[in-house]
Amino acid sequence: MSCWETVQNYAFRSLGFGERLLPRSDFTLCEHFTLIGSGMIWNVYFGVLALAIGFVMATGLALAKASANPWLQKPANGFIFLFRGSPLFIQFFFAYFFFLSLKSTYPFFGPFTAAWLGALIVLFLNTAAYSAQIFYGALQSIPKGDVEAADAYGLSGWLRFKRILWPTMLRLAWPAYTNEAIFLFHATTLVFFTGFPAWQQRGDALYYASYFADKTFNPFVPYPILAMYFILLTLCIIGLFGAINRRLNKHLPQTAQKRLSIRPNFIR
Amino acid sequence: MWSWCAEPDALSSVTWLSCYLTTGVHFQFYNAFFKVLFLLAIIAPVSLAFGFMGAMAARSALLPLRWFGRSYIAIVRGVPDIAFFLFFVIALDQAFEWMRHKAMCPDWSEPIRQGADFIVCQQAKLPLGTAPEWIHQFYAFGLAVVTFAIVFGAFAANVLFGAMNAVPRAQLETAEAYGMSPRQTFWRIQVPQMWVFALPGLSNLWQILIKATPLLFLLGIEDVVYWARELGGTKTSRFTEYPHGDWRMWYFLALLIFYLLMTWGSEKFLNRLTLRLSKGQATTGGEAQRKEAPV
Repeated sequence: MSCWETVQNYAFRSLGFGERLLPRSDFTLCEHFTLIGSGMIWNVYFGVLALAIGFVMATGLALAKASANPWLQKPANGFIFLFRGSPLFIQFFFAYFFFLSLKSTYPFFGPFTAAWLGALIVLFLNTAAYSAQIFYGALQSIPKGDVEAADAYGLSGWLRFKRILWPTMLRLAWPAYTNEAIFLFHATTLVFFTGFPAWQQRGDALYYASYFADKTFNPFVPYPILAMYFILLTLCIIGLFGAINRRLNKHLPQTAQKRLSIRPNFIR
Repeated sequence: MWSWCAEPDALSSVTWLSCYLTTGVHFQFYNAFFKVLFLLAIIAPVSLAFGFMGAMAARSALLPLRWFGRSYIAIVRGVPDIAFFLFFVIALDQAFEWMRHKAMCPDWSEPIRQGADFIVCQQAKLPLGTAPEWIHQFYAFGLAVVTFAIVFGAFAANVLFGAMNAVPRAQLETAEAYGMSPRQTFWRIQVPQMWVFALPGLSNLWQILIKATPLLFLLGIEDVVYWARELGGTKTSRFTEYPHGDWRMWYFLALLIFYLLMTWGSEKFLNRLTLRLSKGQATTGGEAQRKEAPV
């Protein structure tokens, strides 16, 4: 089988298209690259959606945490503590079995036990909590002068938030938020190792990499390929977030614009 | 365990639970918690040592060593940690066996990789096929420790590298002016002063390390996650005196609470440590303490 045929058969295998049986013996490099690359679709899917929905929720959570009203502040604090204080790995397990037991009473929860929805919810809540903490920190460090100037111009309420607080918060939070995004994409590899079943062997990149490593008993080929894909993905994220960062700071003179750190800190 | 546990079927809910939670397998589950704590206690110093060596390599005067240190930090941080765990656990095992094979069976002619098999001579097997069970478990645990240390060593190296560079230049210049050699300056001035700069990063790392311990499960260790899955699954009366439905959700809830307590407790402790260490330091934290102190 030529490499092009392999690509045709397996490029969308992770979504259920193409050849049904995975390769079983005489693995070629081409099969490694194609299948692991195919699995990356899921990593990108989880990462992009969780980040997009999580961003909205994180903004709300950060505002709630910064508010003086205890009815808003306490729940936000609790939520952030719950998701930042426990391992994502355990959160996945718990959520899966939680949805499973809900499903046995209410059939409505059926789709929640599948990875595409259940794991997405966990990832979204998790990244919302981490990002909210970042945004909260940024809200706390908005220069006093900016807020006073907004008051002096007669801006208040929603308009002040939309024009002054929110853009400044994003500017301050952006480098840390970039780290969070990278880390979230890394965390998507956990999904299929935590109870969520890879139905019909439709898994993510790490699922296929470990499939190859199990079959060939040779970890030195699939995992470096996976690493390469992830480094490419990380570079894309850095590029995209760097572009947004430049746009956020467009009003500053060229010399004052700080470039987004190219060597981000992968710790959160 | 208790005297009233002889007839589990006849018990009421609370006493039934007290019997259920003290069965032999449950004690293995509780033991797994100590396994996690034990692992943390070993990995923390080992990965700190790895990190220290990594940071020293990254700022070494020798170019190859510097490249090695920097690429170690960059590669480990750029790839999902779970991929590293899955990779190293097999790779380290094969690397050890390969080295032993080369040393012990020099006249072995067949290739080591035959299709899907990795074949070394009998004497080179790790652990030896004849070894008792506890050696196998110990070996698996040791591999897990080394894997964790490699991954977290890179994170720690990054933190310590930054902290070493954060020591005020004036301090080092003063040391040079006193006639200290570069080695003396490093050990007597830079290393003692870097800890306060490293502390925020290291405490962050400690929290991440706590939250990474459930990944032990993926390395084939019978840890808390393994037992939670085992014990929580549906049990019929054919296999146990304590039949129950699918309780895995509750077991994982218990794990969730365990980890929340761990991170919450360490946060409290680390905050106090930070206060303690910034006493008298020329940092914002130290300055704030100085102003608050009664004159």
